[in-house]
Amino acid sequence: MFDTALTLADLGFLAKGAAMTLAVTAVSVLAGTVLGVLFGVIRNQVGPYWSMPLTFLLDIFRSVPLLIQLVLGNAMQSIMKLGWAPFTTSCVVLSLYTAAYCTEIVRGGISSVPATTRRAARSLGMTWWQDMRYIVAPLATRVSLPAWIGLTLGVMKDSALVLWLGLIELLRASQILVTRLQEPLFILLICGAIYFIISFPIARLGGYLERRWSND
Amino acid sequence: MIEIENVRKSFGQLEVLKGINLTVEKGEVLTIIGGSGSGKSTLLTCINGLETIDSGRIVVDGTDVHAKGTDLNKLRRKLGIVFQQFNAFPHLTVLENVMLAPVKVLGQSKAEAEAMAVKQLTHVGLGDKLKVYPSRMSGGQQQRMAIARALAMSPAYMLFDEVTSALDPQLVGEVLDTLRMLASEGMTMICVTHEMKFAREVSDRVAFFHKGVMAEIAPPEALFGAPKDADLKTFLAATH
Ligand SMILES: Nc1ncnc2c1ncn2[C@@H]1O[C@H](COP(=O)(O)OP(=O)(O)O)[C@@H](O)[C@H]1O
Ligand SMILES: [Mg+2]
Repeated sequence: MFDTALTLADLGFLAKGAAMTLAVTAVSVLAGTVLGVLFGVIRNQVGPYWSMPLTFLLDIFRSVPLLIQLVLGNAMQSIMKLGWAPFTTSCVVLSLYTAAYCTEIVRGGISSVPATTRRAARSLGMTWWQDMRYIVAPLATRVSLPAWIGLTLGVMKDSALVLWLGLIELLRASQILVTRLQEPLFILLICGAIYFIISFPIARLGGYLERRWSND
Repeated sequence: MIEIENVRKSFGQLEVLKGINLTVEKGEVLTIIGGSGSGKSTLLTCINGLETIDSGRIVVDGTDVHAKGTDLNKLRRKLGIVFQQFNAFPHLTVLENVMLAPVKVLGQSKAEAEAMAVKQLTHVGLGDKLKVYPSRMSGGQQQRMAIARALAMSPAYMLFDEVTSALDPQLVGEVLDTLRMLASEGMTMICVTHEMKFAREVSDRVAFFHKGVMAEIAPPEALFGAPKDADLKTFLAATH
């Protein structure tokens, strides 16, 4: 085909980087979504006034660039002598960052459920929890899914910034190879392709669920 | 028996219920008529505890609805309510809509709940729509489904809040027919309605609400035939 110094071992190195990207993304999206649902429900439940402190905190996570959050987070854990590994610090910061966006998505999803529908559920004797579980959750999920998929894909790409804490994820692994082999275009092409291969199923899953739910 | 004693209710400055006294006996069909904003919907939502009251008392079969210890979720099992808006659960089929509360609230088995749901849906003429999603049905069908959903809880009372007001004129009849059927079966009902002909036919008594006051209550012949209240006369003249 054409000449390249890239070996199978180098590809394995890239794959390991991709695994790190996946791990950081999976942990952060999972934890961030759990927190986001929790915060979103709280914000919806207590109203704008009482959730002001929470809203303010989450606004910080949404407005300060992620790189700064990572560096500050790392400095903070070191000052507080928490002794966190870079992976832990990365996941904690990215989780909070994800949670901040996810909270907005969840809040929007919940408020998209008409008050009259929820009133009908409660009128049937359902508790607050049953209304949440059987009526609000499924309806809000349908509304929120596209935004949540977008958030997940975004976090996966943003997770490249954890390389600043010394984690060798996909982008950092590519950089190392570029420096060593001096074949930037070819290696970045492969790197981009791997990002695409990871993202594609997530995007398709969203499309699939949307179609499945479109009949009702 | 539903006993409403001197109930007052305000939203901010606006007093919506100004001391309502009313008793509905078992088996009775009471219709409530009156202009928009007269407090009819508010009264119904106070009866099943969706709204609080400021003073007075509402007692359903001996249970004080707004007392501190009252388990409203339990009380609501015996008070079915259907609203003006079509409140289908859009992510569930018609059958699932009707089965949900019996399974989750009453703890019925799936089989038990399904048998009941099929029975009630057949009763309101939707026996052939079990697997359909609500969005595929007309407003009239959705309202009949909401009625079946409430009936599946085996309530002792049914409250209807202008259930035909959001319907296209040609769909009103099928829903009123369903209400007539329930009335003839002896269901205790409070119906808020603008359908005067219907009110005249099915009611044991008709109550006229005006600006938060129950201005007149009487059997339909008396209320429509010989209204006493001046506002009621104006209201009836305006409706026909
Ligand atoms: N949740 C609410 N908050 C504030 N005002 C309300 C609320 N619900 C009803 N109202 C007001 O109370 C009055 C009576 O409303 P309602 O009971 O719905 O009347 P009706 O059903 O007879 O048309 C109206 O003026 C309405 O705007
Ligand atoms: Mg009303």
